[in-house]
Amino acid sequence: MFRKIIKQSFVALIVGVVFGLGLIVSGMVNPAKILAFLDVAGDWDPSLAFVMGGALITTGIGYRLIFFRKRPVLSPDFLLPVKKQIDSKLVIGSVLFGLGWGITGLCPGPALTALTIGSTEIYVFLFSMSVGIFGFKFVKQCLGHS
Amino acid sequence: MDIFSLIPALGGGILIGIAAIGLMLFNGRIAGISGILGGVFPFNSNDTLWRIAFLVGLVIAPFFYRVLVGQIPEITFSVSWPFLALGGVLVGIGTQLGSGCTSGHGVCGISRFSIRSIVATLIFMSTAALTVFFVRHVWGA
Repeated sequence: MFRKIIKQSFVALIVGVVFGLGLIVSGMVNPAKILAFLDVAGDWDPSLAFVMGGALITTGIGYRLIFFRKRPVLSPDFLLPVKKQIDSKLVIGSVLFGLGWGITGLCPGPALTALTIGSTEIYVFLFSMSVGIFGFKFVKQCLGHS
Repeated sequence: MDIFSLIPALGGGILIGIAAIGLMLFNGRIAGISGILGGVFPFNSNDTLWRIAFLVGLVIAPFFYRVLVGQIPEITFSVSWPFLALGGVLVGIGTQLGSGCTSGHGVCGISRFSIRSIVATLIFMSTAALTVFFVRHVWGA
């Protein structure tokens, strides 16, 4: 069991590096570029649509092939979300995330990859984001929701 | 904006896709950053280490980039600290309440043709675009 955890973690480490390199190469790690992509009415930079396109085509084909397997290589099951209905949590959460993303040009992945490149700004963002994530989870647990 | 600036965009996107495929093929997990980060606590001997390893990988990626390409990626901030703090809290709460961010819903979820993820992505993309429109063109910051 312990060996399996070490193997899974090693895979996760490599995957994290590849993901981070993708964020850097594509320019997603730069909040100014994200804001230029979101600024449809201004001097629009459409290149991030190609990031999304490249990622979706690759993942879409890859997932299809992977799901022919009965199970992942290092794990007993594929852990996929089972919820199907569009609920108010999904809608309100996505609106709040969109607001934060639009204000800062940062979402969780690029913010983490920018940690060693940026200065105080990125620390402020990551600290506040962690407060948001773990504060939310703490409150949810205290309220006893599932 | 020229055709050559699209090559790194496409290439970076493909790298992100390869990472998402790797995590699913080996570990059977969705490569959603906010979900992986949010699941670090409470500590669980079977479920925490891979999450931390993934996050460490994201954080150290710039060192590999520097070794491979020989330069530090450029990042520019145009937002003041109070707004970075506000935006950070909104991103934190929003991704937990909405069960995902750009990676989990936008890449992995849409790749599975999840209706929830398609709806979430449309909502956060349009909200973000409207926010930028308001900040830059209405409020004039």
